[in-house]
Amino acid sequence: MNDQRIQEKLSILADAAKYDVSCSSSGGKRKNEDKGLGNAEGMGICHSYTEDGRCVSLLKILLTNHCIFDCAYCVSRRSNDVKRAAFTVDEVVELTMNFYRRNYIEGLFLSSGIFSSPDYTMERLVRIIRKLRTEHRFNGYIHVKAIPGASEELIQEAGLYADRLSVNIELPSEMALTTLAPEKNYEEILTPMAQIRDGIIQNKEEKALFKKVPPFATAGQSTQLIVGASQENDLQIINLSDSLYKGYGLKRVYYSGYIPITDDARLPQVTHPPLIREHRLYQTDWLMRFYGFQADEILDPAHPFLDLEIDPKLAWALRNRQVFPVDINTADYEMILRIPGVGARSAKRIVAARRFGPLSLDHLHKFGVVLKRAKFFLTCRGQALEKRDYDEQTIRRQILFGSGSVRSALVTQQLDLFAQAS
Amino acid sequence: MAISRFSASSVPVVAAAPAARRVVPALSNVPLDYAYDGTFEGLLTVLFTVYDRKAAPNSIQPTGAVQGGLFVQPVEVETNEAAAARVWKGLLQYMDAEARTRLFHTFLSEQPDRELVIFRYADLAMRAGRDISEHYADDNVRRVQRLAQQMYREKHRMEAFVRFEKTQDGLFHATIEPDFDVLPLIAAHFTKRYADQRWLIYDRRRHYGLYYDLHRTDIVQFDGGAMPQRSTAVSATVLDEREPLYKLLWQAYFDHVNIPERKNMKLHRRHMPLRYWKYLSEKQPREQRFEPIRNKRPVQPGGPALGAGAAVTE
Ligand code: SF4
Repeated sequence: MNDQRIQEKLSILADAAKYDVSCSSSGGKRKNEDKGLGNAEGMGICHSYTEDGRCVSLLKILLTNHCIFDCAYCVSRRSNDVKRAAFTVDEVVELTMNFYRRNYIEGLFLSSGIFSSPDYTMERLVRIIRKLRTEHRFNGYIHVKAIPGASEELIQEAGLYADRLSVNIELPSEMALTTLAPEKNYEEILTPMAQIRDGIIQNKEEKALFKKVPPFATAGQSTQLIVGASQENDLQIINLSDSLYKGYGLKRVYYSGYIPITDDARLPQVTHPPLIREHRLYQTDWLMRFYGFQADEILDPAHPFLDLEIDPKLAWALRNRQVFPVDINTADYEMILRIPGVGARSAKRIVAARRFGPLSLDHLHKFGVVLKRAKFFLTCRGQALEKRDYDEQTIRRQILFGSGSVRSALVTQQLDLFAQAS
Repeated sequence: MAISRFSASSVPVVAAAPAARRVVPALSNVPLDYAYDGTFEGLLTVLFTVYDRKAAPNSIQPTGAVQGGLFVQPVEVETNEAAAARVWKGLLQYMDAEARTRLFHTFLSEQPDRELVIFRYADLAMRAGRDISEHYADDNVRRVQRLAQQMYREKHRMEAFVRFEKTQDGLFHATIEPDFDVLPLIAAHFTKRYADQRWLIYDRRRHYGLYYDLHRTDIVQFDGGAMPQRSTAVSATVLDEREPLYKLLWQAYFDHVNIPERKNMKLHRRHMPLRYWKYLSEKQPREQRFEPIRNKRPVQPGGPALGAGAAVTE
């Protein structure tokens, strides 16, 4: 390896890959057998954090940023005048092994621009991960992007070595895809997605029947949606995610606030990436996956956009005042989980601790419940903390601007940005 | 010390049915100040002594660290491995293995009052007649939970923030200074993960390390605590010749995955507190100036800073 050249390649190909948001290395289950290198056990580790506060868990790179396609939202698109580079198979293998040995990373996240043809590109991706798994006995985490249009056999083989396979949908509607990524179509994206889904299901069934079955993408598949590059509303986006979770068995849908990277006339001219919107979409996604919310409880045709000022759980509670207040000493776990200001951990604690005796407000505070928020929605031994019956707007104002109001670092930062912009 | 209240031989360890529990004696004698050798076994021996003497502790402190003025005459408890083992085993009659591990973690947390916290938790557990690990309304239970959580977080951090450097003889070496004594907790993780390379993780604050020799992991100490001052002080001459390159590549990677438009140092520091930066190679000064990849054209004048200056391509 030529030191200087490899550094330049790494810089270019890491830079080009960084807009793909999924970094999670969780859900991997790979043991280190026969004293090879590495393992992936459930919870992934963030080995570092970028200055924008994102987790650095994997060596996330493109094999190459040469691309024959011309997707408007992408830095690597054919018509963009950028520095191009391509790794060799061995360079990626060496980098992965050496970063891993130094405890820099949990594994590799490999994607690529489409060089020459989808199969040509996919074949190289497969060669890299095969080499890591078989020659180097590497058991760390591997996430590979399936190249849209690549052959079934190649995707199948990738599934043997990768912990996670994903295909990026990128745009939340077919119409947006046609305008912004003319060479792509939904079918080409959904076909490999279905194939991966079926591979995973088949693998699970075979595992139940036979002892020794080669693994297939055991950590499941994920995808990414770009938010703000096209006109879809939040309802459309959330419905799409919902159908991907339900119809394609996806493990994660990632939302990526569109960052202005080109002045292509097909794209909206925005000055700031829609970070709060992205954040609210993640919160909604979270509510659907872990809090038992249905998509249509959070958004409906009358309210197609998420409230940017308050989180979707609070927004839901304000629209559904009739189900509150909830008594924390008697209500079901599911209802307690729906109280704004009560997270999953505090809800679990409440349900566990009340078996030892009735809980007081003081306990709630100690369990980490955000009372500023929760006080409007709960009672404790039949007593309400907030005696007056406020209307929706007042509660909203109090939570947002009242003394000790709670705001995440992200929201504060974004509000600062708004203030500067206006 | 012949009479044991924790006699594990007469009570089946697993049978935690209330009927099988011993009646815990009231601590009816005058409370005492206890001193011990600072080891976990020592502390378990103190617990044994407390119930043997029926004298609750006023204080439990390592010998030499005893505070409380001239008038405190602590009872020096000599560590007794057999008694300690009996107490350790006996605890399982009153709590599950996980809760018992939390007590060990509380000990490793090095809190000044850790001994009393452990005593109070154990005493409460023995008298409660049922599993108290979820009795969050109790301050002491919550404290143990919290300390265990903090320990877990520190363990997790060390699993993340260890940065190995390869030396000429193929040893992967790292120095750490964790908030708590977590080496015992991270040994299993590193042993499993780095099974095909020799490694050493040295806790500079506590002057000992873990060393894996391709077969097993041991605790190692160095004469006079003389270890290199910091990770980079494994002098450049003994480092593998490729080591500087990988450090450089890692720094380059770190710089280029950052998205400047999303910069948020507050969040950055919350995840990676300043005190850990010393041993993180990506937070060390760069030998070469960072040159952003200038792929992007500013969307409009006055837009967010998109890398430094105008795009190369224009
Ligand atoms: S195919 Fe992928 S790499 Fe190529 S332009 Fe489209 S999004 Fe970018």
